[in-house]
Amino acid sequence: MNAVTPSWEDDIFDAFKSAGVSQVPYVPDAGHAHLIRRVHADPDLTPLVLTTEEEGVASCCGAWLGGKKSVLLMQSSGVGNCVNMLSLVTNCNFPFLTIVSMRGEYGEFNSWQVPMARATQTSFEMMGVEVMRCNSPDEVGPTVDAALYSVFASEQKIAILLSQRLIGRKVW
Amino acid sequence: MGKTVTIERRKAVEHLVRDRGDMLVVCGLGSSTYDVFAAGDHDANFYLWGAMGGAVMIGLGLAIAEPDKQVMVITGDGEALMGVGALASVAAQKPDNLSIVVLDNGHFGETGMQQSHTSYGVDLADIASGCGFTNTQTIYDYDTLDAFRNMPNEPSGPRLAVVKITTDNPPRALPHVDGIYVKTRFRQFLGHAPC
Repeated sequence: MNAVTPSWEDDIFDAFKSAGVSQVPYVPDAGHAHLIRRVHADPDLTPLVLTTEEEGVASCCGAWLGGKKSVLLMQSSGVGNCVNMLSLVTNCNFPFLTIVSMRGEYGEFNSWQVPMARATQTSFEMMGVEVMRCNSPDEVGPTVDAALYSVFASEQKIAILLSQRLIGRKVW
Repeated sequence: MGKTVTIERRKAVEHLVRDRGDMLVVCGLGSSTYDVFAAGDHDANFYLWGAMGGAVMIGLGLAIAEPDKQVMVITGDGEALMGVGALASVAAQKPDNLSIVVLDNGHFGETGMQQSHTSYGVDLADIASGCGFTNTQTIYDYDTLDAFRNMPNEPSGPRLAVVKITTDNPPRALPHVDGIYVKTRFRQFLGHAPC
């Protein structure tokens, strides 16, 4: 992985803090590793390690029932695991924000990641979740900030895809 | 094994929710949702009509968000089994205010009473115990059920009760299917304004 921690991960963290996010469920990915460490280090944030991504869809909805903001972190391979649980989000009009690190695209060695990568955007859109994509570091902070505002001010549903070009190819 | 199952599902749920105060209730899709509604509609009930496997995790997000309130997830064996990994995720958080009640008749009641895994020996209380729950019980009588419901907050983490119920199949009691309404009134119960 990249030797230097990219500042865009800190930009995501800063956006979480500014927006008052309190719960961060995740299935880990190397692309989110620094952000997850920062979430664990902050006493005002509750990290929730999950066994599968759909758990985080449900826990985000439970947090909102209790008036708290929650953002789900996952990698693209987990998006398909969420499909039916997203009917909870859509049917009850829950706010929903997930930040997805992309695997299986730019410079990928592991072809097993490719099918779900190709289906990631479609999977969200077919369940009523808007997709935004970040390809360059300077886009990340403003995009997360804008999405947080839309999602929690008016219960919108957004997935932000962090492209593999942004994250960097995995070194095997 | 070998204990006689006499608890009826509707009566069990009546015992769980009577004099509930401000306890928050999340119910799994199917019969558990009907049972909770049949015991009396309440603004602090979150009824699921879908999202199978999600009840425990909704309860977890809610319990962390509302640490000063008791949260009870009332679900069935089939719904709990679909989201069984959630027991590991709950155990990783150890919320003191979360109780999970599995109404276990060993069958998928909504789809034709096919046998579930618990009929083949899978023990959800043992699974929860293996995940790290320090308070798990398998309940066969109403007195034990009442004691579980009335147990005060424990600092030892979440609780799970498997309540062995008969396979009686009372008529459906259908709560609001409008999820937006149910969500909004639940939030208003807790003082959160609609968007």
